[in-house]
Amino acid sequence: MRVSVVTFPGSNCDEDAVHVVRNVLGAHAELVWHETSELPAGTDLVVLPGGFSYGDALRSGALARFSRIMGAVKAFADRGGYVLGICNGFQVLLEANLLPGAMLENASHKFVCRVVSLRVEASTPFSSAYAVGDTIRIPVAHHEGRYFAPPDTVAALEREGRVVFRYAGDNPNGSAADIAGIVNPERNVLGMMPHPERAAEDALRLTDGLGVFRSIQAAIDGEASA
Amino acid sequence: MHAKVLVTLRQGVLDPAGQAVATSLNQLGFSQVKGVRIGKVLEVELDDMPEDEARKHLEEMGRQLLANTVIEDFEVEF
Repeated sequence: MRVSVVTFPGSNCDEDAVHVVRNVLGAHAELVWHETSELPAGTDLVVLPGGFSYGDALRSGALARFSRIMGAVKAFADRGGYVLGICNGFQVLLEANLLPGAMLENASHKFVCRVVSLRVEASTPFSSAYAVGDTIRIPVAHHEGRYFAPPDTVAALEREGRVVFRYAGDNPNGSAADIAGIVNPERNVLGMMPHPERAAEDALRLTDGLGVFRSIQAAIDGEASA
Repeated sequence: MHAKVLVTLRQGVLDPAGQAVATSLNQLGFSQVKGVRIGKVLEVELDDMPEDEARKHLEEMGRQLLANTVIEDFEVEF
């Protein structure tokens, strides 16, 4: 698996994502600067990392969408390539219309930084390492994580089984339907507010996030051998 | 020429920052305040042109970037 992690100005979880893929999973990972117009040849997965791209100017994720690399990311996604947006990366995917809806300030009006429980709601290429119904523990760290979409959009996400992760018991931001992560209809683009890359090794005593990366690796390796 | 684009949260979208300001105003003694909603004003400098032409450009800017129409409304003023 070859993973390209995009660095926008203000990204701050890009190195963490590279670390997990390279040192925990043993796969190939490299950083890609936002002004690059092409993804590295052979990219299997693009990660849009957490952080504060463009200082969250105007709205979180609003300006990153216009970065040169995003044209290549959109084309990659349109061809069926896997894209994982974490936290600010999720916000970028929403602003870029690769996923439906928008993010609002947390209902508590506070930055939340804590480990939360998530229920795995659907088996997708990003979640196949878990069983549907599993509860996993992964940290969140955000101020604008209240997922919002019109009721008919939320209903469509539910009907189509596109809610992949849902806050279980403790919704840290007031998101609609307790949504923590969703996929596109083709199931090759996932956005999630919690940080699986911060819960992927024993040293952190949090390993539940590794399943997200393992799932994608299995999907990619399966396609390569098919 | 100069224009203003006012971006506001859509009706029904919770505005916790606005609520915090309203609470503070009440605490200051402004007991007549029932609610506050916070928006943004973007002051835009443009080439001179008729207002209706400028309005078309600004409305396109609003839809494409200045507002996220899933959660926000916007108005153009001169």
